[in-house]
Amino acid sequence: MFDYEDGKLDWLAAGLPSEGTNAQRPRAGDIARKDVPTCRLDERLGDVRDRARGAGWDACVVLNEERVVFGLLRSKELKASPDLRIEEAMRPGPSTFRPFVSIEEMAAFMTEHDLDSSPITTSDGRLVGLLRRQDAAKAALELHEREHHSNGGQT
Amino acid sequence: MPQPIDRDEVRRLVDRGAQLVDVLPVNEYEGDHLPGAINMPLRRLEKEAGSALDRSRPVVVYCSDSA
Repeated sequence: MFDYEDGKLDWLAAGLPSEGTNAQRPRAGDIARKDVPTCRLDERLGDVRDRARGAGWDACVVLNEERVVFGLLRSKELKASPDLRIEEAMRPGPSTFRPFVSIEEMAAFMTEHDLDSSPITTSDGRLVGLLRRQDAAKAALELHEREHHSNGGQT
Repeated sequence: MPQPIDRDEVRRLVDRGAQLVDVLPVNEYEGDHLPGAINMPLRRLEKEAGSALDRSRPVVVYCSDSA
């Protein structure tokens, strides 16, 4: 017999699939955008900004070689001097969230704390994707409407 | 005494046919469980393991976390 000591939370935090009633409801990892631009610490801000905006984004996640999140560039940071290195321009150590957090919880938290976006990472800090507030809010609203209608409008 | 293993070893064992046993209360199991895991809350494990599990295959037990 074997004992998976780190248990279910470790499994879910790694973004691995699960079964059960919660698995059928959208979570942070499901709604996070996997196509978010990424960059390295030693890149030039101007180059990264051009690349991000060329891809239709106003944000970029700073990663090391192992895809561990080191920082975040949101709209404000991307407007800084183009000759800055990313390490100087970025917002270091952003708050990150695990893939299994419910989308309702994420939408509420991001609204309460006025976060435009939040990196979603595994338990060892590797990027899963970037969750945008508008996507979280939309998914939470759709979930509420779906569940409200399936209950016959009863609360 | 069960042998402690990590996530990667769980996946390897499951690929080779191991049985997953979630020892959490049933409501927690129903919320989330590892794919293919059966539920056998801790207080029933000793009594039901013999009849519910295939003795020829490895068994991996887990709960919420290491706390």
